[in-house]
Amino acid sequence: MANSLKCDLCGKPATVHLTQIINNKIHKVDLCEACAQAKGVTDPNGFSLADLLLKASLNPEVTEPTGEMKCGICGFTQQDFKKTGRFGCPSCYEYFRNALEPLLENMHKGTHHIGKVPQKAMERKDLYTRLTHLESELEKAIKSERYEDAARYRDEITQAKQAASHKQNP
Amino acid sequence: MNIKELFDTPSELMDPTASKSAVVLITRIRLARNLAQLPFPGWSKEAQRRQAFDTCLQAVTSLPQMKRGLSFAIEELNDLEKQMLVERHLISRELSQGKAGAGLVVSRDQSCVVMINEEDHLRIQYLRAGFVFKKVWTAINALDTELENRIDYAFSPELGYLTACPTNLGTAIRASTMLHLPALVISGQMEKVVRAVNQLGMAVRGLFGEGSDASGSIFQISNQTTLGETEEGIIKHLTGVLNTIVEQELTAREKILEADAAKLFDKIGRAYGILQNGFLLSSGETMNLLSLIRLGADLGIFPEGQRAVVDRLFIECQPGHVQHAAKGEQDPSQRDLLRAEKLRQEFTRMPAPVFDKADR
Repeated sequence: MANSLKCDLCGKPATVHLTQIINNKIHKVDLCEACAQAKGVTDPNGFSLADLLLKASLNPEVTEPTGEMKCGICGFTQQDFKKTGRFGCPSCYEYFRNALEPLLENMHKGTHHIGKVPQKAMERKDLYTRLTHLESELEKAIKSERYEDAARYRDEITQAKQAASHKQNP
Repeated sequence: MNIKELFDTPSELMDPTASKSAVVLITRIRLARNLAQLPFPGWSKEAQRRQAFDTCLQAVTSLPQMKRGLSFAIEELNDLEKQMLVERHLISRELSQGKAGAGLVVSRDQSCVVMINEEDHLRIQYLRAGFVFKKVWTAINALDTELENRIDYAFSPELGYLTACPTNLGTAIRASTMLHLPALVISGQMEKVVRAVNQLGMAVRGLFGEGSDASGSIFQISNQTTLGETEEGIIKHLTGVLNTIVEQELTAREKILEADAAKLFDKIGRAYGILQNGFLLSSGETMNLLSLIRLGADLGIFPEGQRAVVDRLFIECQPGHVQHAAKGEQDPSQRDLLRAEKLRQEFTRMPAPVFDKADR
């Protein structure tokens, strides 16, 4: 055969080419016979394209060549993720953020949570939004050399952080 | 109440007074939640898993919904007990094979279970007979809100509830139903339905979840995407798809009755005969025969109340339940004998089919 597509999972020559449309997006996966069997592609009941896409897209050549990523909290590596398809701890989502973003687009209908929010997290969320806003204002103020404004933003940031930590440990 | 009493009490699915509908057997919602401060169970050391277990167990057992409920560590259950919990859809296969620190809390009426240290620290599940998403969502949402006062969930404003597998991110909800679709199977349309449902971003599985076969023409259909949508939106979308499938199934039944009622009646009558007189019945064959009896009850060939009997037998004829009734482990051929014996008893009480009564 003229085309030399490689299996997205193991790199052997691919013989199974799968196209599936989920949420109006086209997803393509190329697999070798063994991986197709192992992933249950031949069995429409037990096959999850999401899982497959997940692992396929985390192939080393797809991600940036900055060396292996690793979670600074739990030590989970990109290799571990390739093996298991799962993350090590909640902080992994911060450390693997950049590699994850394009995957989420394929996997889900959106990349932003719009569902239920737990109350305590809501407080953290409010603080986060406020700080992000203040920090960008601070940066703008510094760039345009409005130093008085900048000082005010800096104070507000410190205050917000203090109030939050006080709330957590009263 | 201990585990013996739990097994001797009919679960929601086996309770004859629970609402039974023609096509939708069970409605289930599962929420995945994790502790903010610990690694996910799969990446945790044993001590961390035990720590997570203690934290979760304390929080969950203190919930009003779990008053007089039961809790177990997986380690304290024997293989048969674990198998029965799986057969009652109370725990997943993954949890039944769980390592140290895995466990569960189950409510007294067996409608709510919280699995601890499965793929995520917490897998909260509510399960009801019939097609009742609103009721199930209200119940599980209230329990989750109650629990978040006791536990710091791993949550990010952008990504929602953080789960071990990114396919569950966001709402971390899996809403599913178990559907009895005999007419779609008989008329060879199931493959088409599976393909269409997959294209809509939903998953189709067999009765016992991932990798299980669709014996008894029972299929589990659930949402697959969880991020970028609200819980209500996901449920609404799924409900729409399910309504279409239910309609298709009912249309397929009408068509079979129009085109070849004799052939279908013959199948139902033979199923009744085998269940009443068989001497060796495997669980796979039993599921398929019971499926025909359930279809018969839907069509009016058997009294409607027999549907509940079939639903109970779907569970009581599973290998674990057969062995439990025989008070010990049995090899497969012995189980087939015991299963057939039980069914003979049950079916002497079942009224004979009246084919004139079928709604055509």
